[in-house]
Amino acid sequence: MSDITKQSLTNLVENIRNKKLSSTDVTKAFIDRSEKSENLNAYITNDFTSALDKAKKFDQKPNLDLKLPGIPMAVKDLFCTKDIKTTAGSKILNNFIPTYESTVTENIWNEGAILLGKLNCDEFAMGSSNETSFFGNVQNPIDRNLVPGGSSGGSASAVAGQLTPVTIGTDTGGSIRQPASFTGIVGLKPTYGSCSRYGIVAFASSLDQAGPMAQNVKDCALLHEVISSYDPKDSTSIDFKRNHYSKELTNNIKGKKIGIPKEYSVDGMPKEIEDLWLKGIQYIKDCGAETIDISLPNTSYALPTYYIVAPAEASSNLARYDGVKYGFRAKGENLIDMYEKTRSEGFGAEVQRRIMIGTYVLSSGYYDAYYLKAQKVRKLIKNDFDEAYKKVDAILTPSTPSSAFKIGEKTNDPVSMYLNDIFTVPANLAGLPGISIPAGHDSKGYPLGLQIIGKAFDEQNILNIAYAMEEKINFKNKITDWWIK
Amino acid sequence: MSKKDSEYLINRKDNQYEVVIGLEVHAQVLSESKLFSTSATKFGAEPNTQVSLVDAAFPGMLPVINEFCVKQAIKTGIGLNAKINKRSVFDRKNYFYADLPQGYQISQFKDPIVGEGKVILDMPNGQKEIGIERLHLEQDAGKSIHDLDPQNTFVDLNRSGVALMEIVSKPDLRSPDEVNAYIKKLRSIMRYLGTCDGNMQEGSLRADVNVSVRPKGSKEFGTRCEIKNVNSIKFMQMAIEYEANRQIDLIEEGKTIDQETRLFDTKKNETRSMRSKEDAHDYRYFPDPDLLPLEVSEKFIEELKNDIPELPDDKKKRFIEEFKLSPYEANILVSDIDTAKYFEEVVAKMGKNKDIKLAVNWITGELFAVLNSKNFEISQSPVSAKNFAILINLIKNGTISGKIAKTVFELMIDGDKDPQKIVEEKGLKQQSDPKTLEALIDKIINDNREKAIEYKQGKEKLFGFFVGQAMKASGGKANPQLINEILKKKL
Repeated sequence: MSDITKQSLTNLVENIRNKKLSSTDVTKAFIDRSEKSENLNAYITNDFTSALDKAKKFDQKPNLDLKLPGIPMAVKDLFCTKDIKTTAGSKILNNFIPTYESTVTENIWNEGAILLGKLNCDEFAMGSSNETSFFGNVQNPIDRNLVPGGSSGGSASAVAGQLTPVTIGTDTGGSIRQPASFTGIVGLKPTYGSCSRYGIVAFASSLDQAGPMAQNVKDCALLHEVISSYDPKDSTSIDFKRNHYSKELTNNIKGKKIGIPKEYSVDGMPKEIEDLWLKGIQYIKDCGAETIDISLPNTSYALPTYYIVAPAEASSNLARYDGVKYGFRAKGENLIDMYEKTRSEGFGAEVQRRIMIGTYVLSSGYYDAYYLKAQKVRKLIKNDFDEAYKKVDAILTPSTPSSAFKIGEKTNDPVSMYLNDIFTVPANLAGLPGISIPAGHDSKGYPLGLQIIGKAFDEQNILNIAYAMEEKINFKNKITDWWIK
Repeated sequence: MSKKDSEYLINRKDNQYEVVIGLEVHAQVLSESKLFSTSATKFGAEPNTQVSLVDAAFPGMLPVINEFCVKQAIKTGIGLNAKINKRSVFDRKNYFYADLPQGYQISQFKDPIVGEGKVILDMPNGQKEIGIERLHLEQDAGKSIHDLDPQNTFVDLNRSGVALMEIVSKPDLRSPDEVNAYIKKLRSIMRYLGTCDGNMQEGSLRADVNVSVRPKGSKEFGTRCEIKNVNSIKFMQMAIEYEANRQIDLIEEGKTIDQETRLFDTKKNETRSMRSKEDAHDYRYFPDPDLLPLEVSEKFIEELKNDIPELPDDKKKRFIEEFKLSPYEANILVSDIDTAKYFEEVVAKMGKNKDIKLAVNWITGELFAVLNSKNFEISQSPVSAKNFAILINLIKNGTISGKIAKTVFELMIDGDKDPQKIVEEKGLKQQSDPKTLEALIDKIINDNREKAIEYKQGKEKLFGFFVGQAMKASGGKANPQLINEILKKKL
């Protein structure tokens, strides 16, 4: 079956369950395509040989009751995987092989999936274009020399390019939704506390959240159902009743109230984004739901707040990479010299920039003006959503202020790069779930996404809305396989 | 130095200086596992054998609070008569060091688990109250070992992540003696509670000492210096004395004191500058985003309160009332929980017709002497409380004399022997039969007719001679009281 890699996760599971396909068939197909797709640079590390072994083993004694029976899957290289190198896209972890497994990936393997390899990402998930990775740029399957977005750029590229049926990314300020939008796929950032952070290389602890990335909403719901779990090993994990998201998925959203926040109409937003949003509103109405104009007054403070909170936490989280215990170590005259050289050589420019910002905003004399104030604003942003959700069930916005840009186009302009996250960071700051679905193309034929932000723990609702809209939008990703050798 | 009314003042020329001391005591929480991981905390284990992925700060590892350590901290707070904060926050204290794997220490900065409290010290001139500023929970760091190799430093992470309680006093202490009493009192309270073993040799209890001086009568505090990480009471006292005199010398020379952190060199008996205020670390404290604020309910605290044993101050009061002990005696018995336990067990085993005063004298006299000579804690006492009680009863009921009892006690030490058996086997029972004693005395009077006459004529001193003869004749076993009575009658 030559079209195995074109199939959705849901179809593959069905075909394996009714024995039309074996795990080996499927695994082989994705390995073949991955091997031909080196030009995308989506993988940092592959584990193809043992993936095939595992697939064969699965086929010998298949457990078809599992949710992901024998499904091969590559994951972002921010998830620690036992005995498989885990780099977080950084030179400083280039030789790091964990002896442990992240809870999220553990959940995936427990449901029968098989690890294909580790996917490229921005260094320590700091970036919006995958250009900060120590392991090089990732190409967007949509077009040559186009960024896939970031930080889960390798993940987005691998799903859009059909190198893996689905994948997982992490989203601290938009790192799942923005690349999903840039590559024409679906990406869900769950409620903070829904997926365990145990074993995920930390960027900003109060914002980081793992989530699924897939070709369609149903696949996304299925994978989310697998990865979301209460985990006592993560003190911020929340013990709430989790749905069977894929089973309970419905396109009936009649009577739902969807908020349209006027503050997301930002200055200088391209007309095609504005048009896409209007189209989205029409789709909502076509589904029998209602749109209501709302206001989230503190939206404009979200980005500056994010760029204080996230670097502050990162500056502390990344202190452990000091050359003493694991990872890269540079030779030094003494301890301080070793620290300085290790961290100067081991971290890339963007990571160093954020460590500097974070250290600055936490310094005595600046703490109150920056960090403390940012925490207060964060609370206001959350209050905005709480107010809005008294009137509406979910909120519709564009996912990004533009379509994918060219590699190198924004590397020398960090502020313009940071602006990519303008629509996605509020959900992180407020701990709310958000999903990006492909909703159209710009004039260049590049995909554009719409974002649905939900109430906390209300993933089912935004998945349903996305599912209903997906049907109306009927999006087709334009993949030409230009990169295939 | 003058010690008028136990006041500790330092004289220079015509000036008298008062010393102001505040302590930050680091007490290791008595707990099987660490503050945020399940690793063991046993002292003296092989290096790096009690280290989890969390303790070594591997990527993606997260701290999870150990509820037992929280209970221990709250219990200690209750023991310090302190306010328990229902909501406290763990912060990160950021700094780089080879034995600090995370690059930050998880501690409590703005919102500690325990607020203001107090402890009472029994000083020779009466009681003194010392204010407690706060108690907070924090992680210990690992240990850097610099002397194993000329080129490299080795790191042992066994201690990394072990729970500590930092107990900060108000600047209420005024002398090395008060510091001694304060540390001992804290240690006593925590040992009663079972929240810290107080073992200073193993580093379970150590302190940063803040010292400043001011002219006697002044209300303003002087500039203070902090002496880091002193691990014995003796060194604390020496360090304070040295530091106070150093500061006074500076003032007398018209110089100013720099606020700084100093180290105490135990070999040279002096403090040395470690870093000045300008060089102080900027720890960039902020709430640890991996941990939610720690919230405890009223019920949780109440349940712990019900779990608090009788503490030294209450025990002392009870001993004075119930057993009619002097405050001095009561203090000696309650200051160490094991001594108090031993004493109470002796009291219980003595039964109805007991002589508590006698028991106290014997514990603080003979027993303490033996323990001291053998360098034993009372928990290692070679004589059990049960046998000790029997011995006291044997004295009380006249079976043996106090003098014989000392011989018996010495025999008991080897193998915790039953004193009753020793008395029987060695025939040490006191001779209390009046008829036997009368016969014995008759014989002595007969043999010493002349002396008896001299006595009757008024040479009363000779009474002692007859007592001595009677005791000698009985082999020391005669009941001295009966001998007295019979002699008086017969002479």
